[in-house]
Amino acid sequence: MTTASGNHPGIWSGLVAVIRRDVLLAWKRPGDVLNPLFFFAMISTLFPLAIGPSAEQLQFSGPGVVWVAALLAALLSLNSLFLSDHEDGSLDQLILSPQPLPLLALAKALAHWLTTGLPLVLVSPLMAITFQMPAGTISIMMLTLVFGTVSLSLLGSIGAALTVGLHRGSALLSLVILPLAMPILIFGARTVSLAAADDAVAAGIYFLAAYCMLALTLAPFATAAALRISNE
Amino acid sequence: MSEMFAMGNYGAYVWSCFGLTLAVLVICVVQGAQRHKSVLNDVKTRIRAMESDT
Amino acid sequence: MWTWFHKLASPPHFYRLSAKMIPWFAVPGIALVVYGSYAGLFLAPADYQQGDAFRIIYVHVPAAYLSMMTYMVMAISAGIGLIWRIKLSHAVAAAAAPLGAWFTFLALMTGSIWGRPMWGTWWEWGDPRLTSQLLMLFIYFGYMALRTAIDDPLKADRASAVLAMVGAVNIPIIHFSVEWWSSLHQGATLVREGGPAMPVEMLYPLLANIVGFTFLFGALVLGRVRTEVLFRERRKRWVRNLLLPDGDLE
Repeated sequence: MTTASGNHPGIWSGLVAVIRRDVLLAWKRPGDVLNPLFFFAMISTLFPLAIGPSAEQLQFSGPGVVWVAALLAALLSLNSLFLSDHEDGSLDQLILSPQPLPLLALAKALAHWLTTGLPLVLVSPLMAITFQMPAGTISIMMLTLVFGTVSLSLLGSIGAALTVGLHRGSALLSLVILPLAMPILIFGARTVSLAAADDAVAAGIYFLAAYCMLALTLAPFATAAALRISNE
Repeated sequence: MSEMFAMGNYGAYVWSCFGLTLAVLVICVVQGAQRHKSVLNDVKTRIRAMESDT
Repeated sequence: MWTWFHKLASPPHFYRLSAKMIPWFAVPGIALVVYGSYAGLFLAPADYQQGDAFRIIYVHVPAAYLSMMTYMVMAISAGIGLIWRIKLSHAVAAAAAPLGAWFTFLALMTGSIWGRPMWGTWWEWGDPRLTSQLLMLFIYFGYMALRTAIDDPLKADRASAVLAMVGAVNIPIIHFSVEWWSSLHQGATLVREGGPAMPVEMLYPLLANIVGFTFLFGALVLGRVRTEVLFRERRKRWVRNLLLPDGDLE
């Protein structure tokens, strides 16, 4: 398995195996991938219906709407991150495996991003076009969404690990994670607004990138600790 | 005297803030004391029930 | 040092000692708050810009400060409990959370009431402090909701401890992001940093109230930790001996 020095092929193969398994599972159950996307599209539709069809208003609120919809769609899908693993017992195996658990937690979060975050980023231009967003802004929006959804998958994995196996875990997950996710929403949505107004966007993008790096380094450890506690 | 309490027409705001603070402190104290009392009673009843069983 | 610490952290010893300690916190706390509030309301001169409305500072700032400090107490004791498995510090975290939520609520309400005459609205999104306080309240709610949702108390302690520590990392980031967000459109803050220095007649009552509220918090939290300890140790011998010392059952 792992060698004492040099490469640790065993460690990375665990990470890759978990990601591959989760992505293949999602491929076999396309509902898991499509439901958050429909949810995302639906929330983006609610807003024009609620605030009226005026192009000016929609252009103004577009960045916020797309970001709120992305946040909620990501949260919706997070509930099931560890649920099926918990039910069929593979979570126990994950925890007992010789692989370092934080690395496996990272793999779970990355797999979640690949199956929900990435598709969400890819369909987001469709929503943006309905909000009359110019092309330059759309590329900025996709960039903020990339960093934002990775951060959300990582932050959310902590919440999913804390609430796995609890009754009404889904509502609890939102209650626990939403306030902590505010910085992502603030910087994401405001940066897109700034881009739409032809203002400087570097600060927001740097922040989102930095947040993403912080989440990548710290969140897996918290998720691993939470998984051990919830599953004992 | 009444001028002192009028707070230059801001009396309603100032006094409601201080009143609210007092209320929150009282709630914290009363809530804590009530819970302590109920836990104390529960534990006592439990111990009595267990010891009269044996 | 460590033996002393372990003795303090042992539940029976803590339970006995804390009963004696509460007055040491409550009495100076009440004295300082009574002095600070009286001096703040009647002795301090009115602010040259805000008039007498500024006197709300004497309850708003201590409440806002305590809502932050309580979270720090909560997160640090939760961390100690998680790492060194000291049961007493989990009890401290459990006891501190509702108090923190109350102080946050108080800071929000007093800030909103203060804002009404100053801004003309009950709520001003442009004020980063109020917005952060609102998020703080949600964080406390999330923590308490997680704690009550888990039936097994040991598990609830440890899971909520992880959440408290994740929150502790996030809170500075939340503050920073809210500051940035409100700076995009001219912020309107009640308490300005770096403004003209407060004259001492205004400052001393404020300091007295801040210290006094901290003492009161200490007394409140000690009382609640006692309740937690009693509940958690209800099956232990020492609780039985304490409550029914002469062993009479009738």
